[in-house]
Amino acid sequence: MTFDQARVPDAGTLRAARRRLLVDMLGIVASAAGFGVVFGLTARANGFSPIEALAFSVIVFAGASQFIAAGMIGAGFGWLAVVVLTGLVNARHLLYAAALGPWLRDRPRRERALMAHVLTDESFALSLVHFRRLGFADRRGYWLAAIGGVFIPWNLATVVGVLGGQVVPDPRVFGLDIVFPAAMAGLAVGLATGRREVVAGVAAVGLALVVGLAVDPRAGVLAGGFLGPLVGLLVPRRDRAIPEADELPADPASFRVPNRSDDGLAP
Amino acid sequence: MNVGLIGLAVLMFAVTYPSRAVPLLAPAFERLPPRALEYLRLVGPAVLGAIAATQVLMTTGAGGRPMFHVGIDAVAVLACAVLVAWRRSLFLGLLVAVVAAAAARALGVG
Repeated sequence: MTFDQARVPDAGTLRAARRRLLVDMLGIVASAAGFGVVFGLTARANGFSPIEALAFSVIVFAGASQFIAAGMIGAGFGWLAVVVLTGLVNARHLLYAAALGPWLRDRPRRERALMAHVLTDESFALSLVHFRRLGFADRRGYWLAAIGGVFIPWNLATVVGVLGGQVVPDPRVFGLDIVFPAAMAGLAVGLATGRREVVAGVAAVGLALVVGLAVDPRAGVLAGGFLGPLVGLLVPRRDRAIPEADELPADPASFRVPNRSDDGLAP
Repeated sequence: MNVGLIGLAVLMFAVTYPSRAVPLLAPAFERLPPRALEYLRLVGPAVLGAIAATQVLMTTGAGGRPMFHVGIDAVAVLACAVLVAWRRSLFLGLLVAVVAAAAARALGVG
């Protein structure tokens, strides 16, 4: 018997967790939509046609690198530089996928291959929180988070942004440029449920700023992302706010994180 | 309508997809030692925090060099983080951050 089969929650628990996932998704949908509009505006301003902008959002589907590409193409950089930087910036997905791998190992290979394309910062955070909450890899929850929470709003918003660029000349006026960094910070806080996570996050912020100021902000993100967790590992784990998946009780509703009024897992 | 940049999108996909797919498809990643799995647990808050920090605490100075900068963006994002920690609601945090930034800019603060 596999882990997933042993931990399949009852229908009521699953429905409740998916309802909670939908609520969690509201902020992400707003983020993806707001940021997607901004990407559409940026792409248009840098000479992308609507088809090209949409192709980036469908085929690449990685916000930070899409912005980098739009800016670099507009500034006259060659494709090679864009592709190299894209590979560097998106290397963080390797770690997201590795974290989700054990949860999804029982899914068919073809489905995992498709799941990979829609793995983003947001879908990673949403699905990992959902899986941990249930103690079960809910494949429908993953698709709901990745497609409904990010892919569809991101692509629709890209179209809105690239077509409506002249209607909203400056997204900053409406605070839309804040949505992406605020969503990243909020999701980081949502995942920081133990001492190690907090230390890793704080160390990553410090490292990102130091390296970012000395070299480049993108290098800072990579340095913080790779080295921050190493700093977190130096902290002795005294309390375990989130148990490992195999330590979760059979009924996730019976589990409460110490010192929190809620389950503490919402993004 | 110009479609020339679709080729660039395909190349960007080619360097992005392996990072997303290899750990999901390669069985070796299921046999990672506990220390490595613990490391991966910490990647989420680290990467997301690093992205947020570089987005709002850095700006481009003279000569294109990055500079440390604290403005309304950072205040709004910090407010979002505090609200998420306090109320456990990302939606509320985002709403407050966006309204705060827009209001501050309308008042000429940001």
